Amino acid sequence: METLLNDFSPGLFVMQIVILIILLFLMKKFAWKPILNSLEERETGIEEALAAAENARKEMQNLQADNERLIKEARAEREEIMKEARSISDVLIATAKEDAKEVTSGLIEKAQLVINQEKQAALAEIKKSVAELSIGIAETVIKKELSNKKEQLALVEELLNDVTLN
Amino acid sequence: MKVAQKTIKFLTIAVIAIITSTTFASEAGEKGQPQSDGGQVNTQAEVKAYIKHHLKDSHDFTLFSYSTDAGERKHFGFPLPVILWSSEGLVAFMSSEFHHNDDGHVLVEKKGLKFAKIHSKIYEIEKGAVAVSFDKSEHATNAQKPLDLSITKSVVGILFAGFLMLFGFSRLARQYKSREVPRGFGRVLEPLVIYVRDEIARPNIGEKKYKKFMGFLLTVFFFIWILNLLGLTPLGFNVTGQIAVTVCLALFTMVIYMTNGSKDFWAHTLWMPGVPYILRPVLAVIELAGFVLIKPFSLLVRLFANITAGHFVVMSLIALMVTMKEAFGPVASTGMSLVLALFIMVIEILVAFLQAFIFTMLSSLFIGMAVEEHEHH
Repeated sequence: METLLNDFSPGLFVMQIVILIILLFLMKKFAWKPILNSLEERETGIEEALAAAENARKEMQNLQADNERLIKEARAEREEIMKEARSISDVLIATAKEDAKEVTSGLIEKAQLVINQEKQAALAEIKKSVAELSIGIAETVIKKELSNKKEQLALVEELLNDVTLN
Repeated sequence: MKVAQKTIKFLTIAVIAIITSTTFASEAGEKGQPQSDGGQVNTQAEVKAYIKHHLKDSHDFTLFSYSTDAGERKHFGFPLPVILWSSEGLVAFMSSEFHHNDDGHVLVEKKGLKFAKIHSKIYEIEKGAVAVSFDKSEHATNAQKPLDLSITKSVVGILFAGFLMLFGFSRLARQYKSREVPRGFGRVLEPLVIYVRDEIARPNIGEKKYKKFMGFLLTVFFFIWILNLLGLTPLGFNVTGQIAVTVCLALFTMVIYMTNGSKDFWAHTLWMPGVPYILRPVLAVIELAGFVLIKPFSLLVRLFANITAGHFVVMSLIALMVTMKEAFGPVASTGMSLVLALFIMVIEILVAFLQAFIFTMLSSLFIGMAVEEHEHH
């Protein structure tokens, strides 16, 4: 104990107190305060970033779930639409077929009607041309009457034969 | 690296000492008293004196000493300013004026006062006396110690450590202005700061109040650690082994926890609740003594004793090569001291950190005790 006290140097003690106070002050001002503040800032920054990342992750999950739900819905809708379209098309095809049948039968009827009309017209024309022909024949016959009766008769017969051939 | 350097340094000294031992023998006989300051160290007694001298503060910064062929002692180093508060006021001169004398034979006259240096302490000799007179136990009888405010080797060490800290950590602090994560040496320092904060201060003081004490704890931690490590370098500082320094550090801790004591702390210290009234004053005395004396004392003695013992053991083991030379021969003794000293040096590096850690840890523990707010039962 005595040597301990003897070793104790009051001068060094005073110097150490003075230097330590100055050092404490300087270190606090120039080192510890800025260091600890920036460390804390960084830590809160990291915490916030982590929380933000977690939030983003959750949001992403939500979004993904939403997406999946949407896709499912869209798929179902598509199915529905397809079904509907199929039934509509079936109906359409059926009606179209019926319509087509109606139309064709109408057309056929019309065509038959036209054919008949044409036939009538042709017959009328034939009749007309026969009349003209007979008039012509009569004309020639009348012209030839003056020269030869026999030949006239032969001619009439010939012409008539032609007509029947027609 | 430091281990190697210190070992090499002492090896060099020892080798030089062995080589020049013949020239020294005659000189030592003439002088009568062995020069302990950097003198040659050959016998057990000289080793003891050398270690004792090293453990003390010094007014010179001697790196090494050697003897010339002519038998003259040469000291390599530089003198430090001596500043004294004497009976005639402030006196200042360079320590080189003592010419490395450490036994009071060289007197320095300033302002009509005579000063002598005896075992690393400076004495002011009473007026009228021409020389220091000693009693049987070699204590000076006609001289007293003035307040010695010299820039001693320890003060140089303190300033050096302070400069290192200020330089390193202010650079780290400035780095944060431009980037989030520091580069270079700051990358080493940052985890240490976080370590002190998260492992020492936070758990012991508590989340709410630790911030106020961070400055002190960090400063003390790095101060002690750097000085402990400097003590292991060949520069030969022994700052944390100076009792004045450890007293000062412990005193700071004491003042801090006493001035920051909470109401609960004082209530529990001075008038312990839940104890018979008769016992309360007794407990108050015990508690107060614990906080004012015992706790700081344990702090200061632990640091002082650990570092002093460490220096003592390392130097004794290095000295083995001298003291065991006759018994084992030069090769065996040198090898043995090298291996043992290296081993202890590695442990000392651990101790350097450990003591800084323990001092800071206990300081924060005591502060934590003082600032704690008890839940009311």
